[in-house]
Amino acid sequence: MHELSIAMNIIDIASEEAKVNNLSVIDEIEIEIGTLSGVEIDALKFAMEIATKKTILENSKTIITEIPGQARCLICSKEFVIDSFFAQCPECKQFNLQIIQGQELRVKSLNVY
Amino acid sequence: MCDTCGCGQPDSPYTIKRPDEEIISQEKDNYSHHHTHEHDDEYNHHSHKIVIEQDILQKNNLIAERNRGYFEAKNVLALNLVSSPGSGKTCLIERTIKDLSKEINFFIIEGDQQTMLDAERIQKAGAPVVQINTGNGCHLDADMINKSIKKLEIVNHSVLIIENVGNLVCPSLFDLGESYRIVIISVTEGDDKPLKYSTMFYSSNLCIINKTDLLPHVDFDVKKCKESALRINHHLQLFEMSVKNGEGLENWYGWLREQYKKLL
Repeated sequence: MHELSIAMNIIDIASEEAKVNNLSVIDEIEIEIGTLSGVEIDALKFAMEIATKKTILENSKTIITEIPGQARCLICSKEFVIDSFFAQCPECKQFNLQIIQGQELRVKSLNVY
Repeated sequence: MCDTCGCGQPDSPYTIKRPDEEIISQEKDNYSHHHTHEHDDEYNHHSHKIVIEQDILQKNNLIAERNRGYFEAKNVLALNLVSSPGSGKTCLIERTIKDLSKEINFFIIEGDQQTMLDAERIQKAGAPVVQINTGNGCHLDADMINKSIKKLEIVNHSVLIIENVGNLVCPSLFDLGESYRIVIISVTEGDDKPLKYSTMFYSSNLCIINKTDLLPHVDFDVKKCKESALRINHHLQLFEMSVKNGEGLENWYGWLREQYKKLL
């Protein structure tokens, strides 16, 4: 996936917030990445290491929370955990799903200690 | 730099050119934006947390919506064609232009890492076109489209076809402001493509299975491929065709004509 582009967007968001809040240092940045978002977390961590050099996040800790995928069966309404878009309802065995969680790509917060 | 592993030159700009253009204008992502939002600052003796809760792709998505608004205002049907390299995207566009240009105004945006080759083919086919060269970039984004449509001078009531960079992975994340996203696979690629690249099939509206003229020579199970695609995304509209021999093209043209009529 295109993790470096994602990392650069994260840095932009953090830089904007730093300006608005007059921060010179950010200790931690919390990010939420859904398992169905198309972003590979290890690749994102690597991309963050490179992309944050000479930015406000250079010495910040990046905390990534993985949000599990969840679907609701449109036939029988059962909700269940999924790890891909190709998933079968464990109850009625149909393949007719609505994805209700797992596509998040979110900067959750900045922490300053 | 390489968008996957970070090697190479930082901040390589992309270029947007018409086939006849001498000047290369180098673009950098340069969008200004204003956003206001509230955040709760939790103060304690030692730390504070600034809650942001912002979508990482918000910048791209906001520009995509601006593109979308522009298309709606000008009655433009915008199509984002995505696929692996070599599925026949450019041939499909060439053939569609040649067959329908008397009925429909076409405008084309071509996306590739390098060369003007595709734009030159489209120009020969008879439609106005600009070529985006992404350099090391592996997908088109909304800002590139926003700048390209300014160069194209699209007329009211027309069809804009965007040929994305050949890549079944990265373009799935980037809304360009299109009306419909069309994923194209060819029968030489394997009928398990939808399962392997489910994010792209999930995010698309139409699926074209191309090169059906080669079916006698390959082990491609069309029924299995269609079933897999529909399991990933039961809203997908499926088309089978051979751009080479014309098989199945009428269904695609029928869809296009209907959408074109609906614009007004």
